[in-house]
Amino acid sequence: MRIHFKTSYEHDIRLFPDWWSFCVYATLIVIAVALPWLMDDFFLGEVTNVLIWAIAGLGLMLLTGQTGQASLGHAAFLALGCYSCIIFMEQGWPFLIAFPAAGILTGVVGTIIAIPAIRLHGIYLAIATIALSILADDIIVLMEPITDGVSGKFAPMINIFGIEIERWTTPDRFYWLVLAVTILCTLAYRNLLRSPLGRAMAAVRDSEVSATAMGVHIARTKAAAFGISCAITGLAGALMGFYAGAFNNETFSIVISITLLMMIVIGGLGSIHGAFFGAVVVAFLPQFLSMTKDLIGGSSVAIPGLETGVFGMILILFILFEPMGIYGRWMKIRIWFELFPFARKDMFKRQKSYLKTERLR
Amino acid sequence: MSTLLEINNATLKFGGVVAVNDLTFSVEEGEVYAIVGPNGAGKSTVFNLISRFYNPYAGSITFDGHNLLDRNADSVADLGIARTFQNIELFDHATVLQNLLVGRHRHRKTNLVQEMLFTPKVRQEEKRHREAVEEVIDFLDLQPYRDKMIAGLPYGVRKVVELGRALASGPRLLLLDEPASGLSVEETQDMRWWIDDIRKQMGITVLMVEHDMGLVSGVSDRVLALADGAKLAEGTPQQVQSDPAVIEAYLGAGAA
Repeated sequence: MRIHFKTSYEHDIRLFPDWWSFCVYATLIVIAVALPWLMDDFFLGEVTNVLIWAIAGLGLMLLTGQTGQASLGHAAFLALGCYSCIIFMEQGWPFLIAFPAAGILTGVVGTIIAIPAIRLHGIYLAIATIALSILADDIIVLMEPITDGVSGKFAPMINIFGIEIERWTTPDRFYWLVLAVTILCTLAYRNLLRSPLGRAMAAVRDSEVSATAMGVHIARTKAAAFGISCAITGLAGALMGFYAGAFNNETFSIVISITLLMMIVIGGLGSIHGAFFGAVVVAFLPQFLSMTKDLIGGSSVAIPGLETGVFGMILILFILFEPMGIYGRWMKIRIWFELFPFARKDMFKRQKSYLKTERLR
Repeated sequence: MSTLLEINNATLKFGGVVAVNDLTFSVEEGEVYAIVGPNGAGKSTVFNLISRFYNPYAGSITFDGHNLLDRNADSVADLGIARTFQNIELFDHATVLQNLLVGRHRHRKTNLVQEMLFTPKVRQEEKRHREAVEEVIDFLDLQPYRDKMIAGLPYGVRKVVELGRALASGPRLLLLDEPASGLSVEETQDMRWWIDDIRKQMGITVLMVEHDMGLVSGVSDRVLALADGAKLAEGTPQQVQSDPAVIEAYLGAGAA
């Protein structure tokens, strides 16, 4: 059992509680950087996919897990990030400018959409954002002169100071690019969590009325959450475009929105780890299913809806048995080992919560 | 002593129900002022008027020369008014420390971009907040719970954490909505000493709603008795307790 002996306020503020966890994450990053030499191109591509989903998951996690605002419209922001980045590049902008610009544009649009949307609570917000997902498809078709409508667009070659990056010809470089974006987004997320705005978001999630009494501006905090969330999602969308190589109005359908929301629930709402765990499940599930099908000697005929069915079942099982997601289970196992043999069975049971001042909302 | 909070002829109606009826009272700087009254008398509603969750139908509310009615609910805290809630309103999925740090929100000096980059200024501010919060933890003996999640804490501790969160904001006026409800005799005694210390050591003015007359007469300088949203009696705890109108409101006509 490790005990954190804190001797300065710095211990509560810094990124890693102790040397041990610093070493764990440093090793993880070293392995991640060295991955192209350890894996063949197929699996590297899959890991890249996991990371892209994880970035998108981080974006939605900030909004849903941290601020408590469910959104089923994030596929629209993935699309906006993707289209704007590639259209900027077609205008001759270098990737290093087009990519952040796409993120900022998506963030600004997200904030503008948020201003009416944050008046809605819970399920109503989810319904309103579904509309966004559906609209995005039509808007892409209607704006054919810019977006090429149904025929779609092809992602151009990325060029950073003369280094050419492409998904198929240089999968290792593309992987490193995605890894760098992932690390930057995670760092920004982590920094938010340990500063006033991140705490204000959690406050808005748990009790709007007392957050207000503490001087937190609810609408502004929600709008900020929407903005940052959409910006991160936009970056993920741009990377998805490069990963897919070609995309059109159907690439970012409402199914992607639902998958994204399910992913963060399975991973564990409200934690950075959850976004990554969920991304692993989402990205590897199709491969895992096809491999098991081969293994048990199933026919090569594709079973329609198998993937969605299994995914839905996993979600139901998690909601029933582990509402805190994979990360919650992971924490329980870790604490069990850390306290061994003193862990008790009902240690993780929640106390009944008390009634809330609902009518003041 | 100067007047800190002034409520003049405040009236609030919910449809046909008059929740607060032409209520006038003022709280002096540095005193403990208690509001008592039977259930549904409008005590918490008065708090919600001061917090600007409700808009009065008529009347005025001023705090230290500022018209509170010009402000939104989220900018009341900027003036130095902090409060607790009757049905504890903590942030359940956060630690005690994080809850107390939210109390420091009104002192936020950094913006979104600085916080995402965690610039040295943010770090320095965080240390300052952490220091202020540690003083509150020390004052309320919350050390054992610093890193505990609220969701797993017993009721009595939550009540103290909520008081701590209000104190962490460094208020001038503290609104306590039933600070002793649901507490054991011993915990109520602790609460009484804390309220005393808050006033004497920190110089914070306290306005509280409380049913426990032992606590009320123990700590408060003045008491206001409410019934049906209107003032019944005002004065020292002894005066109010022996007021015939108050006895009638609590026990019914003829009891006096």
